[in-house]
Amino acid sequence: MSGPLLEVRGLRVEFPTRRGRLVAVDGVSFSIAPGEVLGVVGESGAGKSLTGMAIIGLLEPPGRIAAGEILLEGERIDRLPPERMRRIRGRRIGAIFQDPLTSLNPLYTIGEQLVETILTHLGLGREGARRRALELLAEVGIPAPESRFSHYPHQFSGGMRQRVVIALALAAEPRLVIADEPTTALDVSIQAQIVALLKRLAREHGTAVMLITHDMGVIAETADRVAVMYAGRIAEIGPVGEVIHAARHPYTAGLMGSIPRVASGGAQRRGRLAQIEGSMPRLAAIPGGCAFHPRCPRRLARCSLERPSQVPVAANQVACWLYAERG
Amino acid sequence: MPSAVEQPLLRLRGLGRDFDVSRPWLNRMLERAPRQLLRAVDEVSFEVRRGETLALVGESGCGKSTVARLIVGLYAPSRGAVEFDGIELTDPGRAAEARAARRRMQMIFQDPYASLDPRWRVRDIVAEPIRVLGLARTRAAERSRVRELLAQVGLAAEDGDKFPHEFSGGQRQRISIARALSGNPEFLVCDEPTSALDVSVQAQILNLMSELQSRLGLTYLFISHNLAVVSHVADRVGVMYLGRLVELAEAAELFARPRHPYTRMLLDAVPRLEAIGARRTPVAGEVPDPLAPPTGCAFHPRCPHANARCAAERPALEGTGARRIACHAVSEGRLAPSA
Repeated sequence: MSGPLLEVRGLRVEFPTRRGRLVAVDGVSFSIAPGEVLGVVGESGAGKSLTGMAIIGLLEPPGRIAAGEILLEGERIDRLPPERMRRIRGRRIGAIFQDPLTSLNPLYTIGEQLVETILTHLGLGREGARRRALELLAEVGIPAPESRFSHYPHQFSGGMRQRVVIALALAAEPRLVIADEPTTALDVSIQAQIVALLKRLAREHGTAVMLITHDMGVIAETADRVAVMYAGRIAEIGPVGEVIHAARHPYTAGLMGSIPRVASGGAQRRGRLAQIEGSMPRLAAIPGGCAFHPRCPRRLARCSLERPSQVPVAANQVACWLYAERG
Repeated sequence: MPSAVEQPLLRLRGLGRDFDVSRPWLNRMLERAPRQLLRAVDEVSFEVRRGETLALVGESGCGKSTVARLIVGLYAPSRGAVEFDGIELTDPGRAAEARAARRRMQMIFQDPYASLDPRWRVRDIVAEPIRVLGLARTRAAERSRVRELLAQVGLAAEDGDKFPHEFSGGQRQRISIARALSGNPEFLVCDEPTSALDVSVQAQILNLMSELQSRLGLTYLFISHNLAVVSHVADRVGVMYLGRLVELAEAAELFARPRHPYTRMLLDAVPRLEAIGARRTPVAGEVPDPLAPPTGCAFHPRCPHANARCAAERPALEGTGARRIACHAVSEGRLAPSA
């Protein structure tokens, strides 16, 4: 097995409005290998969720893919008719969203929902589907799956519901799982359980995982590589250790500095957090050149004029003029 | 130096609040269902010293926000008392004094989208407490005070003419802070003030709150579920579980040497940037149903150190000096302090 499982090339997502087209995702390229967890981080409005939605073909109109291509196991999936895309979505791409209640039907028991998904996508009989559903519930860590099988979503706690959603996303044994803020609505003690689960699944089943989150801590312990997004573009992408501890892009560096950390061995309270001045630009007012230049402490003259393309810096790819044509 | 005899600014004594979550009367009659009380907060006692930041942490449903609302008077306590600067706020005989004392405290809420009236201009939002409390003699004095407040939180004077929807989440939280400060409070209750914000904006707001605290000599009660934020801002920390305080300690002590098994569990569950690829210790189980809390220590079903006594008898919050812990395993010496 060689080559990436998912490849995204020059993806551009636009929203036509009366005042012109808003570009929410602009020239985004990355790939994910089988068994790899790619973390996608960024603050609200960075375009990380829209990138995920574009891949699973669930962009809300009038949003649309205006350029670029998306390849799943070498096959283009960005121009498929809705019916074909719908089959791929259940079978080869699983999705996990922040709020488990949006993914579950309140009127059916979780057993019925799992069995139906399995029947639709796998060639199993009713009895086989039921057995598979029970296995899945056990695998995602739901205690006493036999007795929980006939319960409705409202009878589960938040953490247990998110496990059911993960079981549903995995029911058809997808090759790619897109998890959009899967732990954000959960308490820390439950978060750790869900993160450990996602990581184990990627490793054991060779599933590629795109983990979209704003939480750097979750990325640090789960992801193999990280893409940092800003204003619809990838600012920096690389191995998780490099991005967190040796950030090259000034935005990544600022972001890392602004995260408060639990001080072990005696708190050093009142240290000022590093702060990035200003705020993320609105879609209608993305600055020319490098989108980060008005807030950047290290900007150069050309930053406001020309948009930087990604250049390799050590193990990372960085879109920043500081690293262009040096030496 | 704070001396031992100095009176704390805020003192809670055995504070408790129940919520009636019974089904409607007719259902109760037909189904013979009993009344159901949810004990959201129970026997919470602590003090907040002048000029310090005390943080309350815990998972959702632990009662930390209810404590905040009891202090500022948004809820009336079912049991116990809130004392501010020596004045008991819940004593009906001292209602006038209590009203005056409450003017010296303000609250900042989590959601800066819900806590600002969208039809008001920012300058009117910020000026409202000044008008209500009669703090400005003239319109000109009021206007200059509003300008000063906006500058204090890092907004421009022209921002006063705009409406809340013209601002981002972080700027709205700045407006909330300016409004809270406009009544010249000494004490701010901050309920998850940065939880709805992006990290880079959170850093701006935390830095601002810390600057304001030292410049204006404010005292904070800081409610948060985020231990990293708490370790950054707090002088002392109270950990809550299912409506009760389980541990109270100096922040440096608590983060270096957590004693209560629940505090240890919470700290182990925090993702750390330092540990790439490290597995957190996943915590077993979930917070129990507050309508049917476990007997004895509420944490005993999830606790690795629980024994028969923990299941039967509720541990009291006890200890010497600055540290208090509610745990039989700790008080019996079964659970040694971690190194």
